[in-house]
Amino acid sequence: MSQRSLALFVILGLATLAGGLLLPQWMSYLFTIAMGKGLVVLGLILLMRAGLVSFGQGLYYCIGAYMAGVLTQFAGVTDVLLILLASVVASVAIAAIIGLLLCRYREIFFAMFSMAFSMILYGLLVRNQFLGSTDGFNVANPSLLGWSPGPEGASALVLSVAVVLVFALGILAWRYLNSLSGYSGEAVRENEIRLEYLGGSVFRVIYVKYVIAAALAATGGTVTALVSGHVDPEMAYWTTSGEFVFIALMGGTAHVAAPIVAAVLFEALRTYAFAVAPYTWQMILGFALLAIILFMPSGLWSLVERFQNKKSRQTP
Amino acid sequence: MSALLKTVNLERTFGAVTAATDINIELHPGEIVGVIGSNGAGKTTFINMVTGYIQPSAGDILVNGKSIVGKSPREVSLAGVGRSFQVAQLFQELTVLDNMLIAYGFSVERKLSFLRPLRSPANIDRARAALEEYEIGQYADDVVSTLPQGVRKLLDIAMAMLPGPGLMLLDEPTSGVAIEDKFILMDTVMAAVRKSGAATLYVEHDMEVILRYADRVLAFYDGRVLADGPTHKVLSDAKVQELVVGHHLDLGSLECARTQESDHHA
Repeated sequence: MSQRSLALFVILGLATLAGGLLLPQWMSYLFTIAMGKGLVVLGLILLMRAGLVSFGQGLYYCIGAYMAGVLTQFAGVTDVLLILLASVVASVAIAAIIGLLLCRYREIFFAMFSMAFSMILYGLLVRNQFLGSTDGFNVANPSLLGWSPGPEGASALVLSVAVVLVFALGILAWRYLNSLSGYSGEAVRENEIRLEYLGGSVFRVIYVKYVIAAALAATGGTVTALVSGHVDPEMAYWTTSGEFVFIALMGGTAHVAAPIVAAVLFEALRTYAFAVAPYTWQMILGFALLAIILFMPSGLWSLVERFQNKKSRQTP
Repeated sequence: MSALLKTVNLERTFGAVTAATDINIELHPGEIVGVIGSNGAGKTTFINMVTGYIQPSAGDILVNGKSIVGKSPREVSLAGVGRSFQVAQLFQELTVLDNMLIAYGFSVERKLSFLRPLRSPANIDRARAALEEYEIGQYADDVVSTLPQGVRKLLDIAMAMLPGPGLMLLDEPTSGVAIEDKFILMDTVMAAVRKSGAATLYVEHDMEVILRYADRVLAFYDGRVLADGPTHKVLSDAKVQELVVGHHLDLGSLECARTQESDHHA
């Protein structure tokens, strides 16, 4: 990334942060939730670029969220950085084990296996009275390096952390996708045999992506838990994972910004749909997804690409 | 000179069907060997066994004196064996340059880097130079799935040759390629192969292509090696002509056609 691009990115990040903080509280809340979900979907698109669709990212999203809940409520740890670190370590450790099995499967088997693991966690949490069973439990307000902003400032703190994470992890993901490991995802999707005969390990390529995706999902889960102040087993339910796939399809996999933009649009659409049709809002989301699949199978980011292509054709 | 490749009583069965049996061959560094045989004679089965794509039912395969039986395609590749396929195996929806860059990344860097850009100017220069060597540099920015078969074949071979394998196996490099392009393709491939010094086995149905490039020929029939020796000797063998070629071969006229073809290309 050039100095100019980096400077532009930092300015965009600061503008996003300022914009987010100036929003009314309910919008700022939705924006932070969108940032959290965007991070989960950022991990999901790494897998999708390798031809793998996970219907189980809810597993790591929920682990990240419950780590925030458990640490703040039961361990007295409220530092957002420590919570994020613990969430990532926990999810990476679990992904490192599950990945050994999961990364041997492809297509529908990968999708269903990943979903099965998230449903196992859902079942365990529903049965667990200590962790609030189906009701879940509340998450205490976070702090940062000894500074406790209190209930009023907690949302702003989480929003700020979320925006910084989105931009920092977005840059890292962008660099990753342009590295050999990143390109290898497309190579796996296109032709595993050729990759093996080039001396590449298909298993290793997928395994690394799976673990990175888990870490991103846990980060997103932590952000969501801290801003909403509550966690419950629904975060591991398959519909939550389905929502991430929805957002990924909506944005497309062409760019690291696509899942973030799509997550913001998704939250806006859902809020709007719920406001105008409280009992049938899912139908509006369904039609939206249908329209995207029919008219923009590569996702909303294809509009940006079309614009860029048009611009480059016009440039002599 | 010690053998680069040695197979010992190699056999492969699929249920009751014996696809290859009693295959004992040796290949030395720098040798270029043509493999001939009718469909189902065991040629591709043999290549698939040597490259780890399928495992032999019995026997041993030694590369530089070490057994590669039980090893995966990746491990065989890392042991210095490269291959191309009858149907080119490429990353179809990526550009030719990106295919080459990925091949370069895995073959030369050998490490799965996470943050170092693959499309660095230095890597792009090296990948373009490799494409130029195979005379497909002008297709660098084209998506592979849009290209003619001959270009895909060359790219498949170029990618396989990138790590500098000591042993290269080419499965029907000219199949699906227009007649007029066959010798152009093979001239390019063989020039690169000779430059690299790799021992090469190539499966081929066209006897002109065999006669022109092979130092030695392995003739397969019914899963066995029917004949193994210098090209002229094997192709003149009456049994090979009857069972493998299927008709009488006039080597003199083939040689004459070959010379004219060479003059034409020159």
